[in-house]
Amino acid sequence: MPDRLRKLDMILGSYTNEKYKVLEKTLKRSNEEIIKDLIDSGLKGRGGAGFPTGLKWRLAAAAPGDEKYVICNADEGEPGTFKDREILDCVPRKVLSAMAICGKVIGAKKGYIYLRGEYKFLVPKLQAEIDLFHQVAKQFNLDFKIEIFLGSGAYVCGEETALIQSMEGKRGEPRNKPPFPTQAGFKNMPTVVNNVETLASALMVFKIGPEEFRKLGIQDSHGSKLFSVSGDTPKPGIYDLEFGLSLAEFVEEFGDGDTKAVQVGGASGFCVPRKKFAETTIGYQGGLVGDSLPTGGSMMLFNSSRSMYNVLKNYLDFFAEESCGQCTPCRIGCQQLKIGIDAVKRGIKPPEYLDQLLKLTDTMKITAKCGLGQSVANSFSSIVTNFIEEMIY
Amino acid sequence: MEKFLNVNIDGIDVIVEEGTSILDAAKKVNIYIPTLCYHEDLCIAGNCRICVVEVIGQRTLAAACATPVSNGMVIKTNSPKVRNARKDLVALLVSEHNTQCTTCYRSTNCELQSLANEFNIDNNRYITLPHADTQIDRSSWSIEKDDSKCVRCQRCVRTCAELQHVNAITVAHRGEHMKISTFMELPLAEVVCVNCGQCVIHCPTAALTERRYFDYIWEAIGDEKKHVIINTAPSVRVAIGETLGYPPGTRVTGKMVTALKKMGFDSVLDTNFTADLTIIEEGTELLHRLRKALLEKEKVALPMITSCSPGWVKFIEHMYPEHLEHLSTCKSPQQMFGALAKTYYAEKMGIDPKDIVCVAAMPCAAKKYEANRPEMKDSGYQDVDAGLTTRELGLMIKQSGLNFAELEDGYFDTLMGKSTGAAVLFGATGGVMEAALRTVYEVVTGRELPFENLNFTPARGLGKIKEATIPLEECKEEWAFLNGIELKVAIAHGLTNARIIMDQVKSGTSPYHFIEIMACPGGCIGGGGQPIPTNDEIRKRRIAAIYAEDEGMPIRKSHENPEIKLLYEEFIPDGPLSKKSHKLLHTHYTKRNRY
Ligand SMILES: Cc1cc2nc3c(=O)[nH]c(=O)nc-3n(C[C@H](O)[C@H](O)[C@H](O)COP(=O)(O)O)c2cc1C
Ligand code: SF4
Ligand code: SF4
Ligand code: SF4
Ligand code: SF4
Ligand code: FES
Repeated sequence: MPDRLRKLDMILGSYTNEKYKVLEKTLKRSNEEIIKDLIDSGLKGRGGAGFPTGLKWRLAAAAPGDEKYVICNADEGEPGTFKDREILDCVPRKVLSAMAICGKVIGAKKGYIYLRGEYKFLVPKLQAEIDLFHQVAKQFNLDFKIEIFLGSGAYVCGEETALIQSMEGKRGEPRNKPPFPTQAGFKNMPTVVNNVETLASALMVFKIGPEEFRKLGIQDSHGSKLFSVSGDTPKPGIYDLEFGLSLAEFVEEFGDGDTKAVQVGGASGFCVPRKKFAETTIGYQGGLVGDSLPTGGSMMLFNSSRSMYNVLKNYLDFFAEESCGQCTPCRIGCQQLKIGIDAVKRGIKPPEYLDQLLKLTDTMKITAKCGLGQSVANSFSSIVTNFIEEMIY
Repeated sequence: MEKFLNVNIDGIDVIVEEGTSILDAAKKVNIYIPTLCYHEDLCIAGNCRICVVEVIGQRTLAAACATPVSNGMVIKTNSPKVRNARKDLVALLVSEHNTQCTTCYRSTNCELQSLANEFNIDNNRYITLPHADTQIDRSSWSIEKDDSKCVRCQRCVRTCAELQHVNAITVAHRGEHMKISTFMELPLAEVVCVNCGQCVIHCPTAALTERRYFDYIWEAIGDEKKHVIINTAPSVRVAIGETLGYPPGTRVTGKMVTALKKMGFDSVLDTNFTADLTIIEEGTELLHRLRKALLEKEKVALPMITSCSPGWVKFIEHMYPEHLEHLSTCKSPQQMFGALAKTYYAEKMGIDPKDIVCVAAMPCAAKKYEANRPEMKDSGYQDVDAGLTTRELGLMIKQSGLNFAELEDGYFDTLMGKSTGAAVLFGATGGVMEAALRTVYEVVTGRELPFENLNFTPARGLGKIKEATIPLEECKEEWAFLNGIELKVAIAHGLTNARIIMDQVKSGTSPYHFIEIMACPGGCIGGGGQPIPTNDEIRKRRIAAIYAEDEGMPIRKSHENPEIKLLYEEFIPDGPLSKKSHKLLHTHYTKRNRY
């Protein structure tokens, strides 16, 4: 097994016995030290966008506001991923601790866990943990309360501004950015929205120190990451893998010997065909040779029995349903892509119509209001260009 | 402490205040970025994406309406990348749209059509999406909703929420099913919609329009047996020119009257006549309530609030049903007109009221509903047969093939055609208050309202809520109980402002005696039936035209209108608030649900 495929067990590694030791230790340090550690660690957001976590906290700390908020994004809407659920189920204290530390750093007294509606079954256990946390916080003289907010079930509500809208009782539609949540988030106050895994990873930084954390991964991508492996694989599941592994290594480990493509990052991610496995590494975009791909953690393998047309069609159905529908490129674009590939497949439109649709995804990428509409182009163009025959015949 | 920022737009350096959007910064250097979901009356939505521009150094394009400039920004508003993207977006909107422009009410005044023209859109770029839901909602007397013409800009939703605080229409569903809908997706007639039509004048397309009745009116005009009367509201004369190519604020009263006569109306009369009448009745009612409250120490609802705006009336019926006694019982001028047309006018002219068709040309969508209220049948017939908007009337003038610009000025016919400058004020926010005070003050003190040239300036302008205090001194003997009283009045326009006033009434903290409320921002000149576009710039010009009309009138106080005096002498001898007056000129209200 190549080095980076070690099952690290870092994120999901047990914490329950430590009784909030890391929290206690970290609370004694200065805000600037904490932020510096985070920045030095190179930790980037695990929710998909990959924004440097230390910088996000710094921005929220510097923003003026009477009240501030920490929101843990546990909406986990990407089909086929359930790593955030695992984290909250197995190591909730890591997340609660990191939220509290974030609260101290930015000056927030209130934190929310925006929990995906389908994860309601986690609530009793999680609430018990929160109650315990509140007792511990009291002992530490820490004024920070955490509350669970149950999400409404729309995929787009995972987008941080739509999430905030939904928490404010409004329709879950993404807002215009700027202002970013760090400036004007929940109730228009400075707010840090972090993914569950980001928070758990941040706690690992505080535990092992930025130097140790930084040793993992490559170039711009540090630490380890939980991957949800699914599709045509003999061993589906959640794996804690180091950043920087190549897809060739990955497929060797998880493939069934007949892998023709891997979808990295779910519906909004990229599809990588076999011929590009060797040159593709998993990590955030950086100056690597070949492509490097960010991912919310979903890795789906496809073998030669799969129709890539059907794969794409499923994604487009998903987007056409899950777009909030407010903006022109995403609402109508998704529908056009969906009926467009169908029209080409049936011979109603000539194969060249796919070029028109590829141009459309370029427009969507630069004009859509939020990440959902902007990222439809990823799977569309990577599947259409790499599997053009499957689209036409 | 303003902060200023330097930006460069298409090669031009410009300095703007912090917080300025790219769209506004570009306007400063005369660069006009196309928009669709943007409307100057409303908060920013940033959802159509038509206004995208290139900001050098950014991966994605920025929505100019929604993006504040930052220092050193370099912006390109017309690069190939921007043009292609916009063109693609318009093509997408067209692919989603029921593009039957040839038969569309908004054709030639439609923002989507203009964009499609400007970008020379090829209708075949994309597959036309099926219009699953093309059922047109015609349940309401006032508003027609055709989702197949909707671009989902949410201007209507923002209008109904921000300007009117009604929230009758909302966004429903997601993705491809996303649409503009109502509570529980009920028909418009069954929800809290107050028919103000503000959503209509803020809609860029024909998705929301007024219910149109002009074909019925042409039929009536063509029917020899029918005597068709039209009366035109004060604010129509200062706005209808816009539908016929004149700049906003042009007064075309005389030409309009001539046109209506040439079109075949049997009598062209003036709603201003009953506006004057409203002042007499409502002024008397106010003094009556003040007498009860101050002299006779009886319990009586104060403040008294005006009732001539049917959008406002339906709003209070839905939202504050327990406070209806504050409304003046006076009918609106339109309804007073209808009731008199089929009684007084019929009698004097010797026409059988069943043959009279009473048409009201109004700046308003709610008046269509009002005309059809079941209680509005005091003449024994439906008092007002049909309400037209300014837009419909403009279209009828076009349909009749007249060369409007060349028409001579005409004059309203008599019997219910004479009016005063006070009446014309009804068209602007604050106007009813001003007209009422010109009369009430004089009745009480025997002196003219002490403002230069009778212009009661505190009531004027587009301020959200205007207030004034008028000290009453040296009153006539009959009104001696008012000596030393400071009459407190307030004026609100737009239902969001009305709500502020009503919350005070509700909590018992309202300091006023008399309040004027108009449903539409700016008053009737900004009504839901007025020419599109309507914005503050245009509102101001129409308001200026209203005041010019007033100053141009020989008589400027309602109680001096000779036809009004004649009406009381001949027809309502027992005077204002008498039994007959109550039967024909007053009404009652209905408690409604909030949902
Ligand atoms: C359509 C859409 C859905 C998203 N769903 C999630 C989600 O389920 N969970 C999540 O953590 N982030 C999600 N994000 C990303 C968030 O907007 C945001 O970037 C993230 O919560 C920030 O946290 P991080 O910096 O810790 O990654 C989504 C983004 C988009 C555009
Ligand atoms: S891109 Fe899609 S999901 Fe995002 S705001 Fe636009 S319509 Fe909504
Ligand atoms: S709404 Fe506009 S674009 Fe649509 S059919 Fe009417 S005129 Fe044409
Ligand atoms: S007519 Fe007025 S109340 Fe009715 S939906 Fe339109 S804006 Fe709202
Ligand atoms: S009805 Fe009109 S204003 Fe409302 S969203 Fe549709 S196009 Fe826009
Ligand atoms: S006008 Fe700016 S996004 Fe619609």
